[in-house]
Amino acid sequence: MTTVTPTATTAPTATVAELLSHLRFPTSGPGPAWLTQARHRSAEWATMRGFPTLKDEDWRYTRLGPLLDVPFERAEAGADHRISSSTIEALTIDAESTRLVFINGFFAPELSSMTEVPDGVTVTNLASVLAEGGAGLEPFFSHPFGEHDHAFTALNTCLFEDGAFIHLPAGSLVTAPIELVFLSEAQGSPVVSNPHSLILAGPGSRVAVIETYAGNTGAITCTNTVTQVVLEEGAQVEHYKVQDEPDTGFHLALLDVRQGPESRFSSGSVALGSKIARNEVRVRLEGEGAEAAIDSLYLPCADQHHDNPILIEHAAPRCTSRQLYKGIADERGHGVFNGRIIVWPGAQGTDASQTNKNLLLSDHAEIDTRPRLEIFTDDVKCTHGAAVGALDEEALFYLRSRGVPHEAARALLTYAFAREVLDLIPSESLRTHVDTLVADQLLTDHDATGARSDE
Amino acid sequence: MMLQIENLHAQIGENEILRGVNLEVAAGEVHAIMGPNGSGKSTLANVLAGHEAYDITGTVLFEGEDLLALSPEDRAAAGVFLAFQHPVEIPGVGNLYFLRTALNSVRRQRGLGELDVMGFLALARERMKLVEMDESFMSRSVNEDFSGGEKKRNEILQMTVLEPKLAILDETDSGLDIDALRIVAGGVNALRGPDRALVVITHHQRLLDYIVPDQVHVMAGGRIVRSGDKHLALELEAHGYADLGQEVASDRSASVGATP
Amino acid sequence: MTGVSDDVREFVSQQYQYGFSTDLDTDVVPKGLNEDVIRLISAKKHEPDWLLEWRLRAYRYWITLEEPHWQNVHYGPIDYQDIIYYAAPKPKPELASLDEVDPELRTMFDKLGISLAEQERLSGVAVDAIVDSVSVATTFKQKLADVGVIFCSFSEAVQNHPELVRPYLGSVVPYRDNYFATLNSAVFTDGSFCFIPKGVHCPMELSTYFRINAADTGQFERTLIVAEEGADVSYLEGCTAPMRDNNQLHAAVVELVALEGARIKYSTVQNWYPGDAEGRGGIYNFVTKRGKCAGANSRISWTQVETGSAITWKYPGVILQGDNSVGEFYSVALTANHQQADTGTKMIHIGKNTHSTIVSKAISAGHGQNTYRGLVKTLRSAEGARNHTRCDSLLLGSDSGAHTFPYIEVKHPSAQVEHEASTSKISEDQLFYCRQRGISEEDAVSMIVNGFCREVFKELPMEFAVEAQRLLSVSLEGSVG
Repeated sequence: MTTVTPTATTAPTATVAELLSHLRFPTSGPGPAWLTQARHRSAEWATMRGFPTLKDEDWRYTRLGPLLDVPFERAEAGADHRISSSTIEALTIDAESTRLVFINGFFAPELSSMTEVPDGVTVTNLASVLAEGGAGLEPFFSHPFGEHDHAFTALNTCLFEDGAFIHLPAGSLVTAPIELVFLSEAQGSPVVSNPHSLILAGPGSRVAVIETYAGNTGAITCTNTVTQVVLEEGAQVEHYKVQDEPDTGFHLALLDVRQGPESRFSSGSVALGSKIARNEVRVRLEGEGAEAAIDSLYLPCADQHHDNPILIEHAAPRCTSRQLYKGIADERGHGVFNGRIIVWPGAQGTDASQTNKNLLLSDHAEIDTRPRLEIFTDDVKCTHGAAVGALDEEALFYLRSRGVPHEAARALLTYAFAREVLDLIPSESLRTHVDTLVADQLLTDHDATGARSDE
Repeated sequence: MMLQIENLHAQIGENEILRGVNLEVAAGEVHAIMGPNGSGKSTLANVLAGHEAYDITGTVLFEGEDLLALSPEDRAAAGVFLAFQHPVEIPGVGNLYFLRTALNSVRRQRGLGELDVMGFLALARERMKLVEMDESFMSRSVNEDFSGGEKKRNEILQMTVLEPKLAILDETDSGLDIDALRIVAGGVNALRGPDRALVVITHHQRLLDYIVPDQVHVMAGGRIVRSGDKHLALELEAHGYADLGQEVASDRSASVGATP
Repeated sequence: MTGVSDDVREFVSQQYQYGFSTDLDTDVVPKGLNEDVIRLISAKKHEPDWLLEWRLRAYRYWITLEEPHWQNVHYGPIDYQDIIYYAAPKPKPELASLDEVDPELRTMFDKLGISLAEQERLSGVAVDAIVDSVSVATTFKQKLADVGVIFCSFSEAVQNHPELVRPYLGSVVPYRDNYFATLNSAVFTDGSFCFIPKGVHCPMELSTYFRINAADTGQFERTLIVAEEGADVSYLEGCTAPMRDNNQLHAAVVELVALEGARIKYSTVQNWYPGDAEGRGGIYNFVTKRGKCAGANSRISWTQVETGSAITWKYPGVILQGDNSVGEFYSVALTANHQQADTGTKMIHIGKNTHSTIVSKAISAGHGQNTYRGLVKTLRSAEGARNHTRCDSLLLGSDSGAHTFPYIEVKHPSAQVEHEASTSKISEDQLFYCRQRGISEEDAVSMIVNGFCREVFKELPMEFAVEAQRLLSVSLEGSVG
């Protein structure tokens, strides 16, 4: 594993104010006046709030020191990137799909491919919508900061340059998944990018979106991304995410979902990359009869740290939610599950389940899990379960007795453990794509030096 | 007349399940109710036992009193017993303790003295023999980890201990092998007498070989569409419900229409 | 749909049976806390200098601390200067026998059903009775002494067995442990002390009965139980308090030490005054309880039934230091009216092949809020550690709440940790089934809730199990319309 030491001489960013000033906030960019105001308000709030520490319940297992010590620069718009179309092809899941590519948070139209979408459906970059005034988008950026917010979500509002904008009018249907590719690339010095995407699904509409995060091996980058999804009555959105950023980088993500009546949201995500990755999901079930299913697989190895906070709020009657999170920690990897279900008063008939299973494969790895239930009404059915353990010795023995070498048997069983999440992905092309990535990581022989980053 | 049901309607939300049931059962009689799935048989049983999920109109008189005005426990004390189709499990509550609490509650209501532990045990042992139940059942939790057949036998045991005037058996025979069926029927027949009445809900004619009915009714679409003597059950066994004629068919489709 | 919940909603006008107060001649020190008060308490108890020093160190540390507020309970500010830190029934000088115990006091314990006379109801159980802050009577002393078991008030132990108290005091719960344990270390007035020497199986259950009687007092007792190699003891703790409009603070510390092969079973039935139906008054029960399985093959079990107190906040835990040691936690917590509970356990696995079991049953009724908070931690040394946790919550009434906050931290790949939890309302099918058999709704609720708790009750000694069931039924009275 290559150790990368920051070479820049700038002092580390100890406070939010210092970071903002270092990143030259505010910059005078185009965009509606309300957005400028929202950016300033967010900056004030983040400065006041400060960076999270281990004392914050939602961050108690994630040390941000290694991130805050890096003197990040702001990514430059239009900087010459070295991303070729063959890189994009390697990340492509379905060649026929609409694909938006972003480099360090800036839209790269020359690498994107647009296919025809049904009448009324908009698939474009957010900056272009905001440049035209961004009518109706103010609430997505001017919302009051709540109990669950933290400096990074606010910094995203302050600093975001672009992201995807997907809008589906009532009853519209996009058949092929829309692919969003976010690439990060160091530009001489470590850079931070802040993509911000909106997915707005009108009543009865349907769409599938795949977010892919990747970057150059060895690059020190920080991706601080926010995706907001709104499902109106009866809408159906499938969301997938593949996080395979270089394990020298940092990944902070928030997927924020609000669901109307009878809507269905599903999310499947796989975390492979980053030195420190925090993949936060918040789902608010606001309309009666809404359903959400969130599945996630995280595979911290080497010195990786994967934190998975999820908050599901049942705020309307008769909603259903299900979570399946599986973690595999190897070498010095550290996996964290921080799940939370809140059933608010009045959310009668709630059915919520939460499952977190973990494999701990090394003496130096660590798993921390906190499956939390907070229930404020009586007519509910809520269950949760969490387990941490090693591979089944008997299964291991069985495979070895049939001639499979120990390491191979271990890899095979580990892979089988991961498959439960992968098998939930309905799209075959996506499943194959993710399966290959996971198999690459789990089925390659891990020797003591952690060979993966040397590829 | 022990039980008089007149124009009984029951619905959950917009879904009307019983659509005007009329039935009279006299003391000493055994009535069988048959009919296809979804025809309202179990709903009728639940409504008579006082399940609170339904909106109900119509009248039900039990020994001349308004049964619908009573709480489930008061109906039990008055002598109405339902052998459930799917008896619920109650973890941590001992079977014997449960039965003694139930019996003494009912006895108190009926103005009888409570049975002490010894008196109760003697009674329970005697009735357990009747349904060929092992004593080990009594220390287990109510229905917990009981097999399907064990649950049904436990229902009959409770019935023979509580000695109701009107017993309603909701598909007590379903899922039973021939030996279990014989045991269950034996328990039921032991309870028969001139002061008691039985309503037996079943899908299969074979139970009626053991518990011979005075009358057989066919339910469809939330109503009793045909009544006859025990030969009606044999006829149904031979030809199914499809041959019952236009009336049933139209009622069934109406029923389906009401349950989207 | 006319659900049962409508009937269940009208909840708990709980009749607290222990709400009388007794007119005892009481010796109190003035309200408030400072070094002089601590010196006065220590002097009244004729304590050695080392203990006074220890108290003062704790006090000086305490004044640097802030009261914690991370727990999931809500209460107004506590004025620590408005509490009486020492209140003791004035004893006759030197009791020659139990017959000389103040008759008022004996009447009080008779009302509580706790007999101080050795031949009565709880015969076979040795009782240490503590009123307000001071141990007033310990029964069966001689019989225990015959086998070498020391069971006496903490104050007596300090006088008579300082060599046994000093090395263990603060060895499991150090005086710097947490805000309330630190306060307790500074001001504790009495409690029980048990010492079971090597190889001795304690011939009877040991029991302490706590009673807060005087107004405006805090109760800060400290219990220390030491079981030497191969020793075995079962210890019971019960608590009541009179009904008063204001809140009273109870901040106790319990330390258990189990040496190699020793077993300690600690059972609590906590029925402090919970406050009235509107949430006025009641005890703040902020307690630190911890055991250390110091030796290999030792075992510590905590069983608790928490039905009282306005607020219960405690996590009886076990430090599993010795190899193959076992920690257990069985809990029933019922919150009705406006009661709040934030309780659970901490299992810290250090030794090899250490096992822990957690079973928590929470019942929330009325506006009751019930939180399970538990930590299972396996260190890198804890090869082969196992934990199984089962947490179930039952809700009775749409204004009640049930919350589950487990923390699981695993650092050894051979460790196996499993946590399961469920939350649901009382089953309408079960209620209907019971009622169809003639059982009233109220009895049915009580029966189902008791069944839900049975896994925990069966861990209690017989008398306590019966008492616990009865308490639960009383607390649920009025739960149905």
